[in-house]
Amino acid sequence: MLTDWPLLSLVVWIPIIGGILVLLSGDKGDAEGARRMALIFSIVTFVLSLGLYTGFDTTTAAMQFEEKHSWIESFNIYYHLGVDGISMPLIILTAFTSILVVLAGWEVIKKKPAQYMAAFLIMEGLMHGVFASLDSMLFYVFWEAMLIPMFLIIGIWGGPRRVYATIKFFIYTFLGSVFMLVAMLYMYFKSGSFAVLDFHALPLSMTEQTLIFFAFLLAFAVKVPMWPVHTWLPDAHVEAPTGGSVILAAIMLKIGGYGFLRFTLPIAPDASMALDWLIILMSLVAVVYIGFVALAQSDMKKLVAYSSIAHMGFVTLGMFIIFRIWANPLNADSGGAALAVEGAMVQMVSHGFVSAAMFLMIGVLYDRMHTRNIQDYGGVINTMPMAAGFAVFFAMANAGLPGTSGFVGEFMVILASFKANIWFALLAATTLILGAAYTLWMVKRVFYGEVTNDNVKQLTDINGRELFILSSLTVAVLALGLYPAPLLDVLHASVNNLLQHVSVSKL
Amino acid sequence: MMTMENIYLAIPLASLFGAIIAGLLGRQIGRSGAHTVTILGVGISFILSLIAFKHIVFDGGAVYNNTVYTWMVSGGLHFEVGFLVDSLTVMMLTVVTGVSLMVHIYTIGYMHEDPGYQRFFSYISLFTFSMIMLVMANNFMQLFFGWEAVGLVSYLLIGFWYKKETAIYANLKAFLVNRVGDFGFILGIAAVVMYAGSLDYMEVFAKADSMASQTMPIMGGVEWSVITVVCILLFVGAMGKSAQIPLHVWLPDSMEGPTPISALIHAATMVTAGIFMVARMSPLYELSETALSLVMIIGATTAFFMGLIGIVQNDIKRVIAYSTLSQLGYMTVALGASAYSAAVFHLMTHAFFKALLFLAAGSVIIAMHHEQDMRKMGGLKKYMPITYWTSLIGTLALIGFPGFSGFFSKDAIIEAVHDSSIFGSSYAYYMVLAGVFVTAFYSFRLFFLVFHGRERMDEHTRSHLHETPWVVTVPLIALAIPSVIIGGMTIGPMLFGDYFKGVIFVQQAHDVLAVIGEEFHGAFSFVQHAFHGAAIYLAAAGAVFAWYLYLQNPPMADSLKKRFSFLYTMLDKKYWVDEVYYTVFAKGSRLLGSGFWKGGDMVLIDGLVVNGSAKVVAWLAGVMRHLQTGMLYHYAFAMILGLVGMIYWFV
Repeated sequence: MLTDWPLLSLVVWIPIIGGILVLLSGDKGDAEGARRMALIFSIVTFVLSLGLYTGFDTTTAAMQFEEKHSWIESFNIYYHLGVDGISMPLIILTAFTSILVVLAGWEVIKKKPAQYMAAFLIMEGLMHGVFASLDSMLFYVFWEAMLIPMFLIIGIWGGPRRVYATIKFFIYTFLGSVFMLVAMLYMYFKSGSFAVLDFHALPLSMTEQTLIFFAFLLAFAVKVPMWPVHTWLPDAHVEAPTGGSVILAAIMLKIGGYGFLRFTLPIAPDASMALDWLIILMSLVAVVYIGFVALAQSDMKKLVAYSSIAHMGFVTLGMFIIFRIWANPLNADSGGAALAVEGAMVQMVSHGFVSAAMFLMIGVLYDRMHTRNIQDYGGVINTMPMAAGFAVFFAMANAGLPGTSGFVGEFMVILASFKANIWFALLAATTLILGAAYTLWMVKRVFYGEVTNDNVKQLTDINGRELFILSSLTVAVLALGLYPAPLLDVLHASVNNLLQHVSVSKL
Repeated sequence: MMTMENIYLAIPLASLFGAIIAGLLGRQIGRSGAHTVTILGVGISFILSLIAFKHIVFDGGAVYNNTVYTWMVSGGLHFEVGFLVDSLTVMMLTVVTGVSLMVHIYTIGYMHEDPGYQRFFSYISLFTFSMIMLVMANNFMQLFFGWEAVGLVSYLLIGFWYKKETAIYANLKAFLVNRVGDFGFILGIAAVVMYAGSLDYMEVFAKADSMASQTMPIMGGVEWSVITVVCILLFVGAMGKSAQIPLHVWLPDSMEGPTPISALIHAATMVTAGIFMVARMSPLYELSETALSLVMIIGATTAFFMGLIGIVQNDIKRVIAYSTLSQLGYMTVALGASAYSAAVFHLMTHAFFKALLFLAAGSVIIAMHHEQDMRKMGGLKKYMPITYWTSLIGTLALIGFPGFSGFFSKDAIIEAVHDSSIFGSSYAYYMVLAGVFVTAFYSFRLFFLVFHGRERMDEHTRSHLHETPWVVTVPLIALAIPSVIIGGMTIGPMLFGDYFKGVIFVQQAHDVLAVIGEEFHGAFSFVQHAFHGAAIYLAAAGAVFAWYLYLQNPPMADSLKKRFSFLYTMLDKKYWVDEVYYTVFAKGSRLLGSGFWKGGDMVLIDGLVVNGSAKVVAWLAGVMRHLQTGMLYHYAFAMILGLVGMIYWFV
């Protein structure tokens, strides 16, 4: 039986071992073999990850597919894996995206292809580890370890300013995670356990909660990234190769959002309630301010990077308006909070698809033109009509058009934020205008119009490999947009359980 | 055995099927394959709509209100795709699929040389699907889906000729202006969800009274009535889609798209979505006089001032576009006067005669080799008799010639406004009355400039002038028939009978149509009665004035233009709204964006904080380096200082 297998360990370790094998095989200089191997490993992992969905019990909020083995006994640290409705969809998203990333780098990466593929496979396994860890030390190890392949990807296969971008990325994320480690150690000394679920149950005073809140905030806000600690992201994206950008946008940013749900809210509910204004403020600034900043970009990748920050604003907004929804006496039922958090989760999954698609789209153009500057394009539709069709579709998804996945999460969070405060909803809804403005204006300048220069004239339309990548994302975006219920069914029990827990004061 | 449920389901799916086949397999099935499959799809939708119409209206079939599938459930809120089929729905369905079918056929002729033939058919079928979903919705989520989907297709079709700079400017503008409307619309839906706890129309209507009795905090202790806030926010959406002032700016520019879609989307159907929505929401709007007043004032302003601009346009399509704006204003006024059925009635008659006028203009444009400037036309009557006569019918219907369909609907609106007593109704009355003169004037100005008078085209064009092929003229004739008769045929049941009973809700105190209905004794007497009012004479005056100015005494038009040059410039510049919007919103937001980026991200965050902390570290390191001089006495000195400090601290 599939359910008897240690599925989580498999999806964590198969890509890591696969990555090491690819790395070793690459020494022989057989690039094609390395790629094929990487593809097989990523597909196997994805197929296994689907077992997490088919074998998932949607009626319970308890951790499923649990594995627990002693690791460092003297510190009570366990190799403890398990998923609930919040982490499981993110693992499948990671496994899905990893296949696309392997394919996207297929013949494009000429420099050390085996090592490139290996880095992505290893990173995939580590990210699965982050989502599956139920022991905070294990979480921390995966959390820090996954950055190493990312540094390498940007540092080795990146653009001309890759060193600057890598260092900026490193400083930001390192500063963030140090305080998280301190918070975890503190809770260990208090509870004698590193188990995340023990942290949830740990009584903490307001001061303790506040300090822990800020320690985690620094770590997660940098990852999401939230304004004002976002400035590493555009630089990292611009310098990263296409695959790096895809993983960064589609998965790594989600780890920040996931952290808020798994750590901040349940561990420090009172501090979260007292300081929710801060997160709401930062989120709304992300939506509005960053929306305007995106409008001013002339580099396609920077534009999409800023668009990511604005979209992630909905994630953090949805997670932290719950206290205001509960506090509003006009809300007779408490369903609004579930709507908000589930909206945030849907937005994370959707953004995984849409931002991946946007960066892959830019990659398609960049591979041919070797420029990301909007001005260097114009009239691409004349030479690449199929690419233009996909671009308009994904742009619409990015602008939150109903029928695409981009709509679902935004709609839910806007509906929920109205229940918290009409002004939150008003500011959040500006994304309808801003998101459409910066995305479609870019599409207009890049794709529409007459062919502007000889480089554009010589472009060739997407090949079979690119068609496959973009089509599979199209299917994903449409499926989630037209029928989101399957994802929501997975979320309900875990989200309700989380909200139940957060609504009870620890004081 | 086809149950009604299956028929309802097949109505949108038939059109969608055609769109998908033509869109994805366009290259394989070729041109004739594309138009065959889409016309078949829309044709099936049309026939099934007629069956649905017969079932609901003539056979007294039950109103259908059911869920097709549950999209998702979250926080106790059901998000569903479902249909509500009642008399309003079947009327809209018949108009939408009927006009769409005509436009599909017409397109064969209009687009036959275009390389994007299959793509075009795919888009217009996709539009038909989206519009069907919009009118069949039984809940706000699906309404919003249809709402945005028609916006998407509109975007794709305005920018259909994607090489044309003006077209791709216009489609972006149209989408963004519509999004401003949708911004209000989505907030309106959010308010509905909060205060009614549901997205389903019927459940929301059931809570209307409780929403009317509640207030909501806005800011600093200010409380507004919930129902008013809901209605105004939803109406902002309608202002975007139905191009009401101040969100009207996109519609004239949308004329950059091919003419068939100007007829279908930007005249007959999509732009009436806002009117349809408010009529559908009558149980909510009836409870807020503030919202009704706003609706009426916006509509009246649009009706008159947009009509005025039509007078100075020289592009044949733009004249009709401003006419559409003005007519949408009439419908909006009717909504504000609580004469929802009159608004929907005018929506229906207008769909036929405005589609006719656009398609006739398209026919002229084909004959003129895609010349749209009326100053280069003239005397086309003898070359294009079918186009001429059908245009005349469309024009007479538009200006409200007694007995034509537009006459009944427009006169009913004017009467209704006259009898209305809510705030703004007297302003609205004079606006719509004056608008009648303006309408007749610009309509006949167009008609005379195009079909009569001197032939002003070049010799090459003139030698090639001839009537357009049957695929073009047959839809013209097919639309001309309802443009004449549909008004007189349906005014009785639709306005004064119980066609909309149980669908459109009007409070006793607002029921102006009931007042008019007391004196209604059939269509013929309605015509007779009109001779006692001012409207009919104003229309005649407008037509005669146009005849005098453009046929009898053309130099006078120029001298008037010079004499009232400020007025002319103001109209020619469309009250400078485009310029102001461009400067404030387009340029302003880009400026704000780069200001935020350079000032906030680069200078403050990166410059001061990120690089600043890097610099502080570097500076500290530098200081430390100076300290490490390697001189023994420096270290000794430091140790002594430290010791002194410590002693001081402890003692």
